[in-house]
Amino acid sequence: MVQLTLPKNSRIVAGKTWPRPDGAKNVRTFKIYRWDPESGDNPRLDTYFVDLDTCGPMVLDALMKIKNEIDPTLTFRRSCREGICGSCAMNIGGINTLACTWGIDQVEGDISIYPLPHMPVVKDLVPDLTHFFAQHASIKPWLETKSNEPSAEWRQSVEDRAKLDGYYECILCACCSTACPSYWWNGDRYLGPAALLHAYRWINDSRDEATGERLDDLEDPFKLYRCHTIMNCAKTCPKSLNPAKAIAEIKKLMVERRL
Amino acid sequence: MSQPSGFRTPRQRAQGLGAAKEGVSHWWASRLSSIALVPLGIMFIIPFADALGTSHAEVVELYAQPFHAVVAILFIGVTFLHTQQGLQVVIEDYLHDKTIRTAALLANIGFAWVVGLLGVFAVARIALAG
Repeated sequence: MVQLTLPKNSRIVAGKTWPRPDGAKNVRTFKIYRWDPESGDNPRLDTYFVDLDTCGPMVLDALMKIKNEIDPTLTFRRSCREGICGSCAMNIGGINTLACTWGIDQVEGDISIYPLPHMPVVKDLVPDLTHFFAQHASIKPWLETKSNEPSAEWRQSVEDRAKLDGYYECILCACCSTACPSYWWNGDRYLGPAALLHAYRWINDSRDEATGERLDDLEDPFKLYRCHTIMNCAKTCPKSLNPAKAIAEIKKLMVERRL
Repeated sequence: MSQPSGFRTPRQRAQGLGAAKEGVSHWWASRLSSIALVPLGIMFIIPFADALGTSHAEVVELYAQPFHAVVAILFIGVTFLHTQQGLQVVIEDYLHDKTIRTAALLANIGFAWVVGLLGVFAVARIALAG
């Protein structure tokens, strides 16, 4: 059966409450998932108090402030701090999103922060995305051609280029795939919304000459058809993309090529 | 999920056994059968509800008409096809133990055929033998 409860060593226990900043008037409470693989302890939920008067507006600003000023052992990924690298994807106030583009004021009450759901945790807020990236690689996310290479570039009309809008912008932050129940239950075989959105981006590219092979490689009860149009992917995407639509388009092409 | 398994690469694990080259028929049939069940359901349930509580002879007379007999058989057949396909998806989603899953998938097919055919046989018997 599907595992509906966490294994014993993954149950979250009460954590440490860190001291409040002295004299601060505008304080928000952050409850953050902590797990250290070297301690052998269960994960815990630590409580931090952040003075918003001396903090930037985004959740990532608060995380950096905590790491810099309160607890240097807090571990998380971040890089671009402007929503283009996808490193700081995490579960904030119950929604998978990017800490750098999610405002502290977008969360009511205590701000809970967990790693992306249902992935193995490396440490604290860092999930193991090895399988996720391998699935992306497995759909061959590059231009496949058979014709002789043109002397200049492979040409594409303005209209055909426009067909890639909404599909090429994905930054592979994994918010969508880790929000998808089908991916939770069958992520070992189901490719998940992110990889399928990328697959459609290449299926839909007028220059690509492997459309049929790409569809062949996806026709599988698990790789593609675990999608049951739950739509969590579209709801959570921090880039406002719609992976569910990309998957629906792939399913339509699967039917179209046999009618 | 990405626990080390021997010396397999992540890519090897992601590709698994490759695509089964199957799934589109199942998906398409599920959609078509759900659409077909709308008119079939209406055409089956209205005369069926009317016939409830009437005498045996009247029911036999109703299903002796080819139209009603064929609608009833189609309704039962498509219902069990749709049920079998829908349950198969649920089993594949939630049952992860290979032995239990295979057994459940086979039981599901068996159930749909046996109960579905019993229904078809019942209609045929009423329609043909009274």
